[in-house]
Amino acid sequence: MSVTQTPVDAAVTDAGRGPDRLTRRRGSTRKRHSVILNVLMTAMLVYALLPLFWLVVNSTKTEGALFSTFGLWFGGKFALFSNIHQVFTYDNGIFARWLGNTLLYVVAGAGGATVLATLAGYGMAKYDFPGKRAVFAIVLGAVAVPGTAIAVPTFLLFSDLHLTNTPWAVILPSMVSPLGFYLIWVYASEAVPTEILEAARIDGAGEFRTFFVISSRLLAPGMVTVLLFTVVATWNNYFLPLIMLSTPNWYPLTVGLNDWNMQATTAGGQAVYNLVITGSLLTVIPIMAAFLYLQRYWRSGLAAGSVKA
Amino acid sequence: MSANSLGAAVSPVGPRPGRQRRPAKRGRWAGWGFVGPFMVVFAFALIVPIGYAIYLSLFRQQLIGGNAFVGLSNYKTALNDPQFWAAVRRMLLFLVVQVPVMIVLALLAALALDSARLRWAPLYRLSIFLPYAVPAVVASFMWGFIYGTQFGLVARLRTFFGGHFPDPLSSNWVLASIGNVVTWEYAGYNMLILYSALQAVPRDLYEAAEIDGAGQFSIIRWIKLPALRVALVVSLIFSVIGSLQLFNEPAILHYIAPDTIPMNFTPNMYAYNLSFAGQEYNYSAAIAIVMGILTMIIAAAVQWYGRRRAA
Repeated sequence: MSVTQTPVDAAVTDAGRGPDRLTRRRGSTRKRHSVILNVLMTAMLVYALLPLFWLVVNSTKTEGALFSTFGLWFGGKFALFSNIHQVFTYDNGIFARWLGNTLLYVVAGAGGATVLATLAGYGMAKYDFPGKRAVFAIVLGAVAVPGTAIAVPTFLLFSDLHLTNTPWAVILPSMVSPLGFYLIWVYASEAVPTEILEAARIDGAGEFRTFFVISSRLLAPGMVTVLLFTVVATWNNYFLPLIMLSTPNWYPLTVGLNDWNMQATTAGGQAVYNLVITGSLLTVIPIMAAFLYLQRYWRSGLAAGSVKA
Repeated sequence: MSANSLGAAVSPVGPRPGRQRRPAKRGRWAGWGFVGPFMVVFAFALIVPIGYAIYLSLFRQQLIGGNAFVGLSNYKTALNDPQFWAAVRRMLLFLVVQVPVMIVLALLAALALDSARLRWAPLYRLSIFLPYAVPAVVASFMWGFIYGTQFGLVARLRTFFGGHFPDPLSSNWVLASIGNVVTWEYAGYNMLILYSALQAVPRDLYEAAEIDGAGQFSIIRWIKLPALRVALVVSLIFSVIGSLQLFNEPAILHYIAPDTIPMNFTPNMYAYNLSFAGQEYNYSAAIAIVMGILTMIIAAAVQWYGRRRAA
């Protein structure tokens, strides 16, 4: 490929100069803005934000007003706060429990995945060891198998080990991030100079000490990228907890919300659409806040991953 | 879910074990200290279940005699199962329409962001990427309620047009409606992958091309698109695998439109339903493996096509 800039250069310039880097670098040869381009992109922006706007509007409505007022504008009594109160008190306040479970799965699952992927990606990038090629082949071969294809066997296996319906059933599979493994591998090959490691060895530092004192700092941007990927994936996970958990007390938000949604179609169930909608809003807000706050690191990390060619 | 496959997608051009610089001679096994923990969990959560799936698929639970070895019999059943193949055909139709639409949208948006002719580019980049952070469950609720004829937007449109506006959850439209949800979720993500790749192109190339008299469209055609090739193949493989594994969106919409989205709508829903409603674990494992092999073949074909085009 004709790309000569290294991934790390791209990542560093991205992080340093931000999204305006292109216009800034251009300086005097700066282009005129195109109105048509802005109109087209605004159409895409509206498409992207419209459902979220719908969600905000409808979380302010009572169950009755949901059906009787126009979907894309406020109507009826302003019921946001009573909806939020209802979400947290309905069914003995189980929503708070789901929120806590989700946090547990995210901290342990995504956190664990990031640590494991960082160590392993670094090991692949900076060491030669017996069986390295086998590790490479096994990880690649296994990720080519669709995740959902092994969901049922994983369930049966965990069931034999009495792990189903415990937090471990969700946390353990979440701790594996082949994508993170790959991203750190690429990132570490460029971001951690082998010379520094040699110098540390000559000074008598052990391999792990070198990693924690020197390499881990150089790897930080890559780690944040992996953390973001895994946090979003774990927070939003539905399929895995759906099959692994049977007690609502262990549900994460996603599975719990759909339980509420199903109530409307179950015989004898009570429709609680206002809770489904307000609960969805409350589920989306924390992950979006984290996402918006950290997305700049993510972007530069992605660049590192996709440019390597 | 589809994130799993990035490694597979880009690996042939990624780091190769044989080409790494040789580290210190001492401590030949030191690398295992770093790779070991990952591999242990990886084996437990991925390798062992794959092996177990293959094992399960070779047996059948029988009323008399318990678990009996039946060889490839489950696979024979799967290959002749009209419900399964109807679901597979449905997903193939889905992916040949939805994936190109989404990738083209993402590509246009990425080129626009990279063009330097867009005002407030960071605002667009963030907003269009934002749906990626929304859980599939919530995305399906939102769109499902908007589609619903009871409340939401489409109900009003239908009243306004006197019933001539199509019902998005009717059997004619439901596949397109699911495609819209998936496109909404992932177009921004793909845009970001492509945009990142564009950002890595040295700017001097554009300036040189302009000096040679190239217009914007020639620059796109002869510099930007070739530079995007690897990222495009990655996006395509991601999306194809994601489509073939489709579960969350239709499974959630099922509760809003149970008649038009039955529980065997996608191969994955079918496999899920076989195990958890029908207790047919062995047959379900066989279906899952057939689906896995199909997915790998299609993903490999996309990758092969992408590389061949480059040569």
